[in-house]
Amino acid sequence: MTILISPPVDPAALPVRVRKRGGGIWRSFLSNRKANIGFGLFFLLLVMSVFPSLFTGVDDPTAPARYMPRLPPSGDHWLGTTSLGQDTWALFIYGARQPMIIAVVAGGLATVISVLVGVSAAYLGGIADDVLSFITNVVLVIPTFPLVIVLSAYAGHPTLTVMIAVLVVTGWSYGANQMRVQALSLRNRDFLESARVRGERRLYIIVCEMLPTMVSLIIANFLGAALYSVLNAAGLQFLGLGDPNSTGWGTMLYWADSQGALENGAEWWAISPALGIAALGVAFALMNYAFDEISNPALRPVRRQRGKKFAGRFRPASSVAGSAVSASGAAGGE
Amino acid sequence: MRYLLRRVGFFLLTLWAALTLNFFLPHFMPGSPINALRAQSKGRIPDAQLEQILTSFGFKPHQNMAGQYLDYLGNMVTGKWGVSLGSSLGQPVSKLIGTALPWTLGLVGVTTVLAFLLGTLIGTVAAWRRGGVVDSVLPSVFVVTSSLPYFVVGLFLVLFLAIDHTWLPTSGNYDNSIVPGFSPGFVGSVVQHAALPALTLLITSIGCWVLTMRNNMITTLAEDYIRMGRAKGLSDRRVMYNYAARNAFLPNLSGFAMSIGFVLTGAILVEKIFNYPGLGYQLYNAVNSIDYPMMQTLFMLFTVAVLGALLVCDLVTVWLDPRTRAKG
Repeated sequence: MTILISPPVDPAALPVRVRKRGGGIWRSFLSNRKANIGFGLFFLLLVMSVFPSLFTGVDDPTAPARYMPRLPPSGDHWLGTTSLGQDTWALFIYGARQPMIIAVVAGGLATVISVLVGVSAAYLGGIADDVLSFITNVVLVIPTFPLVIVLSAYAGHPTLTVMIAVLVVTGWSYGANQMRVQALSLRNRDFLESARVRGERRLYIIVCEMLPTMVSLIIANFLGAALYSVLNAAGLQFLGLGDPNSTGWGTMLYWADSQGALENGAEWWAISPALGIAALGVAFALMNYAFDEISNPALRPVRRQRGKKFAGRFRPASSVAGSAVSASGAAGGE
Repeated sequence: MRYLLRRVGFFLLTLWAALTLNFFLPHFMPGSPINALRAQSKGRIPDAQLEQILTSFGFKPHQNMAGQYLDYLGNMVTGKWGVSLGSSLGQPVSKLIGTALPWTLGLVGVTTVLAFLLGTLIGTVAAWRRGGVVDSVLPSVFVVTSSLPYFVVGLFLVLFLAIDHTWLPTSGNYDNSIVPGFSPGFVGSVVQHAALPALTLLITSIGCWVLTMRNNMITTLAEDYIRMGRAKGLSDRRVMYNYAARNAFLPNLSGFAMSIGFVLTGAILVEKIFNYPGLGYQLYNAVNSIDYPMMQTLFMLFTVAVLGALLVCDLVTVWLDPRTRAKG
């Protein structure tokens, strides 16, 4: 749906100007509140996953039976200890790394494939387009999570690499579809035509002319793919289909669930990873939605002072709607 | 009509692709079913017998691949799904699925349709009252809820509603002490047991519908034909539902079919969390006990569910959108 309402691309978009456009996206990203909150959350989790030792003094959080099991939260153990005698806070801090890696790597790779498949389908056209779109649609329709489950069951407790591979294989299709639609709408624009007339190679046209105009869609896609990877990987690990010795939040939740953390007074063992995954998911979702708002100003929150700035096109409908609803008592006010 | 035929063609091709994938996966993944079975039976069953069990669902290591493949396709389509190799060893898969299906359909089906209709309605109203209190709070709230993992919501619901107050059960599908039947006690028990899983699914899935519907609606409201409708002096309600919502609804409708895939994800996780004996829980069990026939059949059924939903949505689209009729 983002596609249908994406901003019109300036036909005279030359590489120099394109770079400016990118800067514009960045600036509006910084001035969007949802984006700020999302990015702040993401940055915090990123610091946590890169430098866990900043937050906790424990350096081997998974080592069992180091403390008394099921201690309540205290000064020594901020979130108490687990039934296996581990420090919950340390587990939580160290658990950030794996979901972060999965999000960035799986999301990134899936986005790369989406762009490759989507753009080449649109640009090549004909038989190539038919074949690529059919494959995309099939992958899109096949229920992903059951497939991921079945795949990882066949692979037997998959390692991180295998899990990322599975998530990428199942996660690229949605983006590819979007890319294809966007690229199709660009295909016959003048600036591409002029590049063709100049005698540029196909690869140059696709990479240097087409892709820069799709930056905001590509970023939005990455955020969506990352969100999807985080949620699915966590779900998989929660079901016990991940590597049970890994330190990620999903695995932590799996252990907490299988040891009955909620009933045994070690609630934080289950709550903290759940909150962590939720925070990472929310961070990506907020940034993603912010990108929707940036590429479609009509979606932005209506504010009295700022409203005047983009009053032109969208104002009539919404103001009419607003006044009509407020005056709903009077019959057909307009 | 041609449009529909094309969709049916796509349905069949995709089904075939899914079935093929389903067939070749076990053959090309590391680890053979024989080994898995041997490990599971801890060597108590002789290999020959294990192989016999496996042949019963189409695993014939000595036959050529093409023959196996054709047999498999035939069996899948005609409902000869073999016997379970999991905890209920030897039970026909179709029977096990038959007992689980109503629970999933009841829980997941009802919740999904409810979330879809409710979410679409909220989105319509939010976009209509653009700039109101509801519209300024809702998007952020629903962005957050729609990105929450199922088990997180489930966990917190259990924590806040079930453990402290114990008035909602967190496991199973009905109170075992009640004899199943159409008695008020039994129905009440079923509803009570479904409450938490249903709420989990509702909370996580409704946000998506609200957001997309709101976004479509806002775009549609800026169209000229909306102003035209107003200029003709039509009532607000009519402009809102028949002019704006009807058009804004179309992308949501095709989204509904695609979402069935996500709904199945939810079904698996939610049914696992609340030990709800539906198809998702069965897939979870099948995966844990490496029950190949069960996995294959469930995966096929899930694909059919998504494709079926796609077809239905196509039909509704044809009915709602005259442009598709004109094309065909």
